[in-house]
Amino acid sequence: MKDIKIVTKDLSLFYGDKQALKNISINIPDKKVTAFIGPSGCGKSTFLRVLNRMNDLIDNVKIVGEVSVDGVNIYDKNIDVVNLRKNIGMVFQKSNLFPKTIFENIAYGPKINGIKDKKSLDEIIERTCVQSAIWDEVKDRLNDNALSLSGGQQQRLCIARALAVEPEIILMDEPASALDPLSTAKIEELIHELKKQYTIVIVTHNMQQAARVSDMTAFFYIGELIEFDRTTKIFTNPSKKQTEDYITGRFG
Amino acid sequence: MLELHKKKKDFAGSISIWVIRLMFFSLVIVLMFLLGKIIMQGAETISFEFIFDDPKNNMTEGGIFPAIFGTIAVTLLMVLFSVPLGVCSAIYLNEYAKDSFFTRIIRTSINNLAGIPSIVFGLFGLGFFILFVGRKMDEVLQTGLLFGQPALLWAAATLAVLVLPIVIVSTLEALNSVPKSHRDASYGLGATKWQTIRNVVLPQARPGILTGTILAISRGAGETAPILFLGAAFFLPNLPVADLCIGDYCIPVINPAKQFMYLAYHIFILATQSSNPTKTLPIQYGSTLVLIALTFLLNITAIIFRYRFRKALGRN
Amino acid sequence: MTEQENEFYDKAGDSRYGKKIKKFTRVKESLIKLFFTISGVMALVFIVLIFIFLFKEGFKSLQHIGLLDFIYSTRANGNKTVFEWYPTSDDPRYSLIPLIIGTLLTSIPATIISTIFGVAAGIYLSEVANPKWKEFLKPMIELFAGIPTVVLGFIMLVIGATFFNDLLHPENRLNAFVAAIGLSFVIIPVIASLTEDALHSIPNDLRMASYGLGATKWQTISRVILPAAFSGVSASIILGFGRAIGETMIVLMAAGNAANITSNIFLSVRTMTATIAAEMGEVSQGSDHYYSLFFIGIVLFTITFILNLIAEIIINKMRKKNTF
Repeated sequence: MKDIKIVTKDLSLFYGDKQALKNISINIPDKKVTAFIGPSGCGKSTFLRVLNRMNDLIDNVKIVGEVSVDGVNIYDKNIDVVNLRKNIGMVFQKSNLFPKTIFENIAYGPKINGIKDKKSLDEIIERTCVQSAIWDEVKDRLNDNALSLSGGQQQRLCIARALAVEPEIILMDEPASALDPLSTAKIEELIHELKKQYTIVIVTHNMQQAARVSDMTAFFYIGELIEFDRTTKIFTNPSKKQTEDYITGRFG
Repeated sequence: MLELHKKKKDFAGSISIWVIRLMFFSLVIVLMFLLGKIIMQGAETISFEFIFDDPKNNMTEGGIFPAIFGTIAVTLLMVLFSVPLGVCSAIYLNEYAKDSFFTRIIRTSINNLAGIPSIVFGLFGLGFFILFVGRKMDEVLQTGLLFGQPALLWAAATLAVLVLPIVIVSTLEALNSVPKSHRDASYGLGATKWQTIRNVVLPQARPGILTGTILAISRGAGETAPILFLGAAFFLPNLPVADLCIGDYCIPVINPAKQFMYLAYHIFILATQSSNPTKTLPIQYGSTLVLIALTFLLNITAIIFRYRFRKALGRN
Repeated sequence: MTEQENEFYDKAGDSRYGKKIKKFTRVKESLIKLFFTISGVMALVFIVLIFIFLFKEGFKSLQHIGLLDFIYSTRANGNKTVFEWYPTSDDPRYSLIPLIIGTLLTSIPATIISTIFGVAAGIYLSEVANPKWKEFLKPMIELFAGIPTVVLGFIMLVIGATFFNDLLHPENRLNAFVAAIGLSFVIIPVIASLTEDALHSIPNDLRMASYGLGATKWQTISRVILPAAFSGVSASIILGFGRAIGETMIVLMAAGNAANITSNIFLSVRTMTATIAAEMGEVSQGSDHYYSLFFIGIVLFTITFILNLIAEIIINKMRKKNTF
């Protein structure tokens, strides 16, 4: 299992009595892009949030099963959740930049981890912005309000902000769904570059995007993992009929 | 390899959160302690006679009935003045007015009215209601010096202006919570604006209006400063009633031109100016308990009401 | 026009769509609208009336008392400048300074204490408390806010003063400190409630973003939520301060009622509000003393009006800035 980064075994999630995820077992490979697809309400976003324990912040949620990263069960009692989230970054559907300057937004992560000297912070900000393909657009406006950027720029800044805490895994929850086609293309290009260094899991309701961007694709339906395989296989010759119906647009 | 077992040190953070919890609960404890003391000492004095008897022996014995009666009389009149006016104000703002500089000024006025010190309302009541309106009324009606002096009527009117923002804000919240789709449905069926307000909006807004009224009563009953020189008295031989006679039938009604005793004022005078503070102390505690019980009851009712009202809305 | 079109427009005569509004209904609706408009303006009307009558009576004091006399008087013998409020003596002095100092000496400590506890309570309710408990605890704060001020004055007078007397041995049993504590009971709920509203209105997205970056709860509260809610919290403190300045009963009953000029909070003081309350019942109408009390009213009205306006501007600017 040398190249596997995340393993889940029989992972189920309950909201109170209602079961939202049913026995999901999946091996997510390292330094590749894995896409979660499926109709709305199928649980793909919920499952994504299991991977960095964001569901802990919601009341009444129960998790059954195992989730391991690099062989370590992240739901173990001894795990420091706060530290976990530093190592698994998340980019959300709608940009949620803080009402602070561009500099302060990216510096937030490093600062809460103890990095305070300006030189280090400057380096981090430049590096992450270059990685997120936004450096040229912000390098002269670091002290401007982050919310003054356009939607596409804000989302790329969110990616830079997530990169600043040096995660190994980046989870993306429909990162381009609120953006125009041009910005979407930029983000997809970005993902292509980032996978050289990071393991990326992306939830998307746009099948063409999944086909363009990912190496592996997982198809979810009503809380179950129906099929998980190389993207090329899923989109040309899926094994399950349900997958084929979804891909060809018979429902969803 | 992920460093997952490194426990993040954030002592300062955890301590801060515990300090916050401590501060909050110390407030609660102090509140409970003070209320407890009042309840315990006041309960010794409370009895049926205490509530329904007149004071005796220079306020050192007896009951506080006239003060309770005066409070009820004044707040009743206050509600009569403030609720219709407040509701109509809110209807204008929510149903008729369009967002403009003018409406901004009105909303600012409401907020400012709410922030005026209560003693300034007392001055207003004196300078405007008693000395201006009252004197003019006396001139026109030729009643001599009847309305141009401290009286129940003016205390009620002044308190009405004081609580007006409370009524307006509660009513606004109630009107706002009626969904736009209901109004649209009404217009779609060919109703006029007034018909829509009267038959669709107002009925749904009633709980909110009731909440506002209860809160206004609670506030009015607790205020002392505005009525200090508007007619409140420490001891009056009679209740502010008069007989309204039609032929042989006489019914006692509240006489708005007379002075009155007031529970909040009574506590104030007892505590600061009574002739024998040690002897009146039990009565002070007793009266305080009655006043607190009254305001708490009213406030809790309003809060529960508003809670259920908001919950019912959530289901819509 | 084609024949079809002709037919179409001919139907207009019999149509139910073209009926005009009955004149009676139109007039009735206009009158109703007028009635509500007049009601709507009443709040504004009352503020203007308060303004007019306060200033009308208050300015009459300037006929005999100079504006400077409200600040200081010079004693003819000895040529000393004194700041004293003593309108009932044969040589009346009308300096407002001791009263203003009294107001500040009670409201500033009260606001400081209330800000600390009020903001903490607001943070607790919005960010720390278990949501199920919050439904029960927030109304408790509102109940706290509903306690009549005369009751708080009574509590401080009878229970509080003795307690602090035994604990701190102040020079005067009833003093600015005792009054400030009493004021805090009124203002803490104000600040707590508004702070909680401000914090609660910060969208959850920001909390998620912060936790997603690996921040702890306290880091999220102190570095993201509180700064984002800064204007709302500031406005609540300003409103709390205004409330403290305008409070009458607590200071009347617990501050001691001696018009001292001092910075020692353990001495008795007299506030502007308490002065009006205490002396209005004893003045003869139309006397200088009577008008001077209205003048104090003008000062109070102006101060609280300005504070309220500032708070409102802050809140409005905050609403416009929120591009959430």
